[in-house]
Amino acid sequence: MSSSFLFNQFMGGLTTAMFLFLIASGLSLVFGVMRVINFAHGSFYMIGAYLAWQVVDWVHPTGGEFWIAAIGAALGVGLLGAVTERVFFRTLYGREELYQLLFTYALVLILGDAAKFLWGVGQLSVSTPPVLSGSVTMFGTTQPLYTLFIIAIGPAIAFALWLGLNRTGTGRMVRAAQMDREMLAALGANVSIIYTGMFALSAFLAGLSGALVTPIQSIVPGMDVLIIVQAFIVVVIGGMGSLWGTFWGSVIYGQVLSFGILILPGFSLFSVFALMAVILIVRPWGLFGRPL
Amino acid sequence: MLEISDISKSFAGFRAVSGVSLTVDTQQITAVIGPNGAGKSTLFNLISGQLRPDAGSVRLDGQDITGVPPHRICRMGIGRSFQRTNIFPQLTVFENVQAAFLVHHGHGRDFWARAEALYRDDTAALLAAVGLAGHEDTIAGTLAYGNQKQLELGIALASEPKVLLLDEPTAGMSASETHETIALIERIARERRLTLLFTEHDMAVVFSIAQQIAVMHQGRIIADGSPTAVRADPEVRRVYLGERP
Amino acid sequence: MNATVAAPAPPSRAAAAAPAEYRTVASRIPWVLIVFVIMATVPWVGTRYDTFLAGQIVIDALFAVSLNLLLGTTGLVSFGHVAYFGVGAYVCGILMKTYELPFIVAFPAAGLGAALFALISGYFCVRLIKLYFAMLTLAFSQIVWAVAYKWNDVTGGDQGLPEIPYPDLDWMSAIPGCADLSDGARFYLLSLVLVAVSLAVVHRIVRSPFGRVLTTVRDNPDRAAFLGVNVRLYQLAAFVIAGGLAGLAGALYGIFSRGVFTDYVFWSKSAEILIMTILGGAGFFWGPPVGAAVLVWLNQIVTDYTQYWSFVLGAILLVLLFGFPGGIVGGIVMLWRRLKRLRNA
Repeated sequence: MSSSFLFNQFMGGLTTAMFLFLIASGLSLVFGVMRVINFAHGSFYMIGAYLAWQVVDWVHPTGGEFWIAAIGAALGVGLLGAVTERVFFRTLYGREELYQLLFTYALVLILGDAAKFLWGVGQLSVSTPPVLSGSVTMFGTTQPLYTLFIIAIGPAIAFALWLGLNRTGTGRMVRAAQMDREMLAALGANVSIIYTGMFALSAFLAGLSGALVTPIQSIVPGMDVLIIVQAFIVVVIGGMGSLWGTFWGSVIYGQVLSFGILILPGFSLFSVFALMAVILIVRPWGLFGRPL
Repeated sequence: MLEISDISKSFAGFRAVSGVSLTVDTQQITAVIGPNGAGKSTLFNLISGQLRPDAGSVRLDGQDITGVPPHRICRMGIGRSFQRTNIFPQLTVFENVQAAFLVHHGHGRDFWARAEALYRDDTAALLAAVGLAGHEDTIAGTLAYGNQKQLELGIALASEPKVLLLDEPTAGMSASETHETIALIERIARERRLTLLFTEHDMAVVFSIAQQIAVMHQGRIIADGSPTAVRADPEVRRVYLGERP
Repeated sequence: MNATVAAPAPPSRAAAAAPAEYRTVASRIPWVLIVFVIMATVPWVGTRYDTFLAGQIVIDALFAVSLNLLLGTTGLVSFGHVAYFGVGAYVCGILMKTYELPFIVAFPAAGLGAALFALISGYFCVRLIKLYFAMLTLAFSQIVWAVAYKWNDVTGGDQGLPEIPYPDLDWMSAIPGCADLSDGARFYLLSLVLVAVSLAVVHRIVRSPFGRVLTTVRDNPDRAAFLGVNVRLYQLAAFVIAGGLAGLAGALYGIFSRGVFTDYVFWSKSAEILIMTILGGAGFFWGPPVGAAVLVWLNQIVTDYTQYWSFVLGAILLVLLFGFPGGIVGGIVMLWRRLKRLRNA
């Protein structure tokens, strides 16, 4: 096993990790503030991918269409998230968590079929933006530029989120809402705007990651279901509600998946779920989370 | 009957209860009073097994029950009511008390009998004793607050406790409700020969029925004795009334 | 820690405890017996396809009732109940196909195997609070799925175990009227009887003191501890019983569908059963079977017209959540009560 092969695996793991981080960060955010697991998060991701393809389809190839598509998709999904929260989710807040969870699952069902209806059941794809379509030699391996871009964007977004949460007034309120929302409401803060905002932001991130994944993966029905389970695992490992937990959880997950195949071929599927179970048994709030 | 020795409990550095010792004699009515945050609820949680003390011991009738989990402490004879009403909201009033009887008499492992047929007379009698006759089929969660408190008392009594811990039994009640509740509690304690340990904020209640009063402040007991002695205690006056010694 | 009951119980739960009058009226009409007889006549009265649907309903009913032992009775929300269904299906399938053991051995073995797995996984799950409990049940269920997917030698991997044989049902020719029935129809009748017996047992358990204790654990675990209930032990017991029953349902399903495949163990099936349970009404014993019947029947109708069954299911779920949290049975009960009030007014 040469070092270049290992490096390749490592980079593959990192790419997976950063994609997952982009998706899971939204899931973790919503959980931290609203204490709800959004099953539909994977659906937002999928809609983001489809929307990106759609925008590219509308905007005749002019060279910069990928970036327009990515932002457009992210904004579109963000809007979808905001509307969903305002119109539906809001009425479920007082109720039992099970109902909220089932609502998000109903969204999964509805959005899944909506996507099939709008875009059919075939595979769609989007080409890599020309500015990133080359590759670079590193450590004896060829790394596509797009991969490096994704690996770079992960920490960038993590940092941006961290800045937002820790250095702005809004961020402070969000963190307060994470700890004690009743108190925050009592203090007069507009908690409902925070909720809508957080949900919209999380949807935005999911949509963005869906859009960004299109050059690497084909857009197919079922990608929502496949991704949400992985996002869960990541969030459990890192700690629900913790930004850096999600980040490092993604990194760990990415590498376990990447190297697990080498050590125990055929067991990587099993090992990620086993890892999730072990974390829940031993330290349910994850590596960086706080006991609820 | 109940002997608490030098018990302490800290939460992340904050000493909630610190070196508390208290003896409650059989069939005596003892009140634990003190300002909010004095550690009264924590003390109760330590006695009833919800929390393990960091140090010290609790003895019931000579037997060491320190750190024993709640479901076993209950069987040893300690019953408890809680500050915020703790009943089974989806069951009917009747089923609430009946469940207590079922568990107390060890029927929990019975997979075959029909639960609704057991202990019907006992349940009806106890409901009447706590003043809830006529409410049997009401769903407990829809009861008025005062009635829920009565139900809670009923559930606690069904387990035939020797010692009853009551955490602010008259919280949130009007003056007349308080009077009724206290009369009820006192009568029941007498009839069933219970040892009573309760916390209260209503001083009229405390001084009317307590035979022994323990005053807590910042996790410690600062006075312990008869009502007259406690009333005159300078430390107590300082804490409650801000008087200079 | 302490439960606050200042607000009245949410509608689904308030509907759960049926008022005294409802009980006496319902007990005058032997609904259950009537339904059982109707179900039993399907092989003669209906088409082969009807028998297939009826079988699906019967097995799903058992599966959903087992879930409701956790959800409605004990208050445990499991997202991974399909794990035990799957274990049961695979154990029975493997024993009957690979080892050629008779049904009478494989069937109980499936239940025991599922119960054993429930014991091990449940031991860890009940230690966790609500949310983590749900996640861990999901994790275990996906572990079962991953094992089924990869362990080619034993489970057939992603190809599964096709062609599970029917049990030897020749003895049924002796029963009047059954001589002309196909193997499928005979197995349906056998399943109907087995499920009916299982449901009767669960019904007994739920109405027993043990079942009553479970409801106290559901309503207020801290208070239940204060009655003298070892809460974790009871939750684990409920988990094991529910798991075993799900395993039995799985065993029946494997034979009924003539094969055991990995998509039986995917978590979306857990969601389906959860929806079935809530659709029927989690607060009632017969809610889940009603939900099973309605969902299977609806699925049939809808998939005849459109491929967008998921959309319809999602829409139904939304209507349920926002309009009828008590489910179908809950809605019927409320309607009945309202009529009764009008009549008395």
